[in-house]
Amino acid sequence: MSEQHHQAPPAVSLAALFFGFSKIGLSGFGGVLPFARHYLVDTSRWLTAEEFNQQLGLCQFLPGPNVVNLAVVVGRRYGGLAGACLAPFGLLAGPVAIVLLLALLYDAWGALPQAQAMLRGIAAAGSGLLFAMAFRMALAVKKKPFFLPFTALVFVAVALLRWPLPVVMLAGVALSGALAYGLLKKGRA
Amino acid sequence: MSTLAQLFADFALLSFVAFGGATALLPELYRVVVDQRQWMDATTFAHLYAIAQAAPGPNVLVVTLIGWQVAGLAGALTATLAMCLPMSVVVYLLIGRWERFQGARWQRAVQMGVAPLAVGLIFAGATLVGQSAGLGWAGWAFVLAVAVVCVRTKFHPLWCIAAGAALGLAGLV
Repeated sequence: MSEQHHQAPPAVSLAALFFGFSKIGLSGFGGVLPFARHYLVDTSRWLTAEEFNQQLGLCQFLPGPNVVNLAVVVGRRYGGLAGACLAPFGLLAGPVAIVLLLALLYDAWGALPQAQAMLRGIAAAGSGLLFAMAFRMALAVKKKPFFLPFTALVFVAVALLRWPLPVVMLAGVALSGALAYGLLKKGRA
Repeated sequence: MSTLAQLFADFALLSFVAFGGATALLPELYRVVVDQRQWMDATTFAHLYAIAQAAPGPNVLVVTLIGWQVAGLAGALTATLAMCLPMSVVVYLLIGRWERFQGARWQRAVQMGVAPLAVGLIFAGATLVGQSAGLGWAGWAFVLAVAVVCVRTKFHPLWCIAAGAALGLAGLV
């Protein structure tokens, strides 16, 4: 198995990139990253598990939608510039068409009391899912006594004071990043 | 500036601070489109988030729906492109060099430093979505129940969304 990882990547057609990423895009609710991993590593074998982790590293390090960034990376690898355009296009085309259909329904019937009530319920569920996601991510933060205060400060600045995000993030990354830089001096985390 | 150009400029700028993806960006999207530009009211914002949750696809789709609400089909495509294009270009150019700076001390420091900030943003987004949906005490109790169920069990999130829709229709949240 592992020998073939060192060979040149197999040929993947642009159509295969487009349809592969379409499949990924349509397969998950509330984020498709686990499906992307399954498809790219297990089903299509376009990436090995290590390659997936490594390339995802940059996509998660940079801001922006991670899965879109990942589509650009995989598309570029197998199809150059055309692949880098078609893979994210495939990822987004189907889901965008679906949400636009839902938007049409919302425009037509969104004002009905039943629709309002249902959407309020779904928004409540969405809020709960976000709290759960934030809680899980908080558990995964390293060196909590140092870094969870930054979580609290960002919450206050953004949710309560409503400060603009670019300012908060610039200040936050500078302070929190400097602290991390200092903590990392002693060894590799 | 025309609305479309404004939308593109606003969202392209935001894409540069979207650490943690579109989900972490929710509170800032709210601030820009509801408070600052007044393109929609808080309730509509919560509804759009709800619709995006109930549809398959990447989290960035909430941006597509916001664009739609602001300027129809052209707005939807403009908003989506503005959110995806800048970092796509950066990642296209940087991926060849990633191995060289991956693991460098500054790179690990930024990554370590950004994580707790993204957590704060998602807590803020959760709060703002609940607030703008106009929930009463029963609604917040349901939010708490969903959060607990989701952290403690492996129920698929769609069940929570279906439960929310049903409770909403029944007038309970």
